[in-house]
Amino acid sequence: MSTEAATTETPEIDRQTMEVDIACAGFGPATGGFLSTLTKAWTENPADPAFESRVAPGMPLQVLCYERADDISSGVSGVVTQGRAIRASLPELNPAEIPMAVPVKSERVMYLLDPIGASRRSALLRFGDRLLRAAGPLLGVKDHAFTLPWTPAFLNKHGGLVLSIGQFNQWIGAQLMATGLVQIWPGTPVSSPLFKGSKVEGLRLADQGVDKSGAPTDGFMAGMDVRALLTVVGDGPVGAVGQAIDERLGLPPGHAHREWALGMKFVIELPEDSNLENSPLQPGTVWHSFGYPEPEIFGFLYVHPERLVSVGIFVPSWMSDPSRTAYRYLQHYIQHPALWRYLKGGTLRSWGAKSLEESGKHGEPFLTGDGYARIGEGSGSTNMLTGSGVDEAWATGTQLGEAVIELLRAGKPFTQENLAATYEIRRRASWVERGAKEAENARNGFQDGIVKGMIGMALAGLTSGKLSLGAHIPPAHKQIRPFASQSTEGLQLKQAVALAHADGRTFHDALLSVRGWPEIPLDGRLLVTQQDALLLGGKVQAMPGFSDHVLFRDSALCKECGEKTCITMCSGQALTLGEDGAPAFEREKCVHCGACLWNCGQSPDGEHSNIEFHAGSGGLHSAEN
Amino acid sequence: MANILHIVVCAGIVPDPLQTLEPVTTPAGPGLKNEMVLPAVLDPWAASALYEAAALAAKNPGSKLWLVSLGPKAKLQQVMMTVAQKVAFELVPIDGPIGGFPDAHSTAAVLAETIAALPGLDHEKLLLFGGWESATRGAGVTLQLVGERLGITDQFQGVDQITFSDDGSFEVLERVEGGKHQVSVCAGAPAVLGWATGNLAEPRNNPQVGMANMRTIMPALAKAKVAKLDANGLSYLSVSLPKQQRTTRVVKDMTPDQIAAELVEWIGAE
Repeated sequence: MSTEAATTETPEIDRQTMEVDIACAGFGPATGGFLSTLTKAWTENPADPAFESRVAPGMPLQVLCYERADDISSGVSGVVTQGRAIRASLPELNPAEIPMAVPVKSERVMYLLDPIGASRRSALLRFGDRLLRAAGPLLGVKDHAFTLPWTPAFLNKHGGLVLSIGQFNQWIGAQLMATGLVQIWPGTPVSSPLFKGSKVEGLRLADQGVDKSGAPTDGFMAGMDVRALLTVVGDGPVGAVGQAIDERLGLPPGHAHREWALGMKFVIELPEDSNLENSPLQPGTVWHSFGYPEPEIFGFLYVHPERLVSVGIFVPSWMSDPSRTAYRYLQHYIQHPALWRYLKGGTLRSWGAKSLEESGKHGEPFLTGDGYARIGEGSGSTNMLTGSGVDEAWATGTQLGEAVIELLRAGKPFTQENLAATYEIRRRASWVERGAKEAENARNGFQDGIVKGMIGMALAGLTSGKLSLGAHIPPAHKQIRPFASQSTEGLQLKQAVALAHADGRTFHDALLSVRGWPEIPLDGRLLVTQQDALLLGGKVQAMPGFSDHVLFRDSALCKECGEKTCITMCSGQALTLGEDGAPAFEREKCVHCGACLWNCGQSPDGEHSNIEFHAGSGGLHSAEN
Repeated sequence: MANILHIVVCAGIVPDPLQTLEPVTTPAGPGLKNEMVLPAVLDPWAASALYEAAALAAKNPGSKLWLVSLGPKAKLQQVMMTVAQKVAFELVPIDGPIGGFPDAHSTAAVLAETIAALPGLDHEKLLLFGGWESATRGAGVTLQLVGERLGITDQFQGVDQITFSDDGSFEVLERVEGGKHQVSVCAGAPAVLGWATGNLAEPRNNPQVGMANMRTIMPALAKAKVAKLDANGLSYLSVSLPKQQRTTRVVKDMTPDQIAAELVEWIGAE
């Protein structure tokens, strides 16, 4: 069943319908920017007839936003951002009013050597590492880490903010709702857009009171149809609405969603006896790293106030290893001596993961259509050269907000032509577009390895995108290298499968163990099993009565699949090795990161993977992410 | 025959019990670390009372349902975006502190005063609902004190079920020792019922219910009165946090006896 089909295959169900002026799918920084812009203009001039409802004459504009997560503070990630768009929208912003927010104070970039010897490094990289170690005393290599003498300008977040997006969303959401002009409804997954031909006429909310397959059970409540004059699509890179629009209307010629990364992080409370006065981990400190636990994995550490740090890794789709994973790697990452020196003895307070759409301009969808507009990460706004997405997302939201106000005041309908002439034109003329163009080909080299990738990135970064490497980016499923069954890898795979079945450990955990990574010395506080992280840090749970949101298009392909990367990359252990050889999905453990969508080595059509990721309820319940 | 009821549910908001709660002493007295940072939910026991009240009101056409909630206005607003989707009610918000540490008598006085002043409330039809426990400090006395201040002497605690008769009397099942219920019959309203869990599942999120509620909730929040509660002079003498160490193991094919033995050993070691 495709997402598109879901909108048309159940005509017999009697659904409630509601008419609104503007319906938004997803509440994140982009929608925050959109609604902030709209409400600011509205509150400045409440009598402005532009803000009178078209669907309910005499009433104010009816603006609703539906968010899948059970709270607007849940299920998102911590960031460092330049914050220029946010500050432009909120000139009075005082970081001290937002929990876990602090201005960026210092930055460094570190190359991490492998202190264990388990990392899969090329001969060239090993040679480079040996040279670096030999020259260590001269270059200041300490704790198996080499700190670059400067932070490249394109990575620099000077003047920016370290944020918990969970807390930021909670803060901005409270202010938006306090205006009384918009309503943000959490715990309400949107299953699909409402199409009429190529026009989007609103949103269909997910059915409740259904079984795993979506069939009605006791207490069935059909998802409501929210008919809107304008549908704002801000549901992120794996959102059901954005995916359905891409599926139905296609992408611009040459565009595809092929580059991804999984960001996973811990929020750690530093030990109480930390000597913070003499520690480099002052609030506002930002560290970027590369080289460990695998050469392809980038890492970060951001310091919040109150002895809290966010520390995490990005596992990219171009890491061709079919046994790529995140949780176990993150545990090894935080134990690197350059970080462990400060983190040891800390407590895991929160944990989370999300997919990042890293295609940039190459994955940009049609930004506007009749009745809808795309904003935020799902619209291709993330800048993959600067590693920045929140500020860009917020900016696209404000651009759409300004465009909508202009159209409302002009009395013009939300047609593709009008939205392109107001929203798209603003976006194309903005720094978001300039940055996106500079970053367009910045990651081209990574398909051929980390060394070439870093060269390509530096080339694009130092020339503002004027120079870059050429590359052919294959579909995500083709970026996963198959295991060679006769090789050592194949044997390791079989050993790991046997281990997973024998003692119940997770597949990715078993794979890394047989590959030579040392077992994690669990301490019950910071180094905990992934199962415990779900409860201890992520507080993961799901409301009953919703259908499974991860579906396998062709189960035969899953059974034949030798890699089963969807399982090793599943952030929440929601996908496990089923007895019949196909992955088994547990909705209650899913954190909705969407990694399975692009970590599938099978494809029924040559472009899409064999996994569908639909709208679902539940997930992370931590606000500290 | 339907009984026209005026049901007032007293329900506070509490930090989401899924969060890590750490007691700290604040300038205002005992509190929880980063309490305003933590997501909040409607107190689970009081939430059961609200769902039961809504079901009762639905069965008795012409009845009215108010939800009286005391907490920080911003948090109330956030929690209402979820609660308002569940059942229809009229919110009566009171802007005050969070956490369950303010003096229960002072809290009860504010609640009783607010309820007594509700426009259209008929004292003779009043059923005062709430939780018999709380996910905050859980002193479990506020609801009873509110009832006393309103002059309601028929009070029931640990309620799991209420069944009305045509003459307005009702049968109440209260939890007692041994997993049993005490059965009482009350001549009718007014009465205080402190609910345990009740028997109803949490209602589904219904956007239309939410939209209808919001028409009154947002204006009510905008003009919520501010309550200054007395400090009660409480302070922590000692605080002992449960160990947060988790040591999950996956063990296959254990017998129930083995599992029970390990649990007993674990409890004994605590």
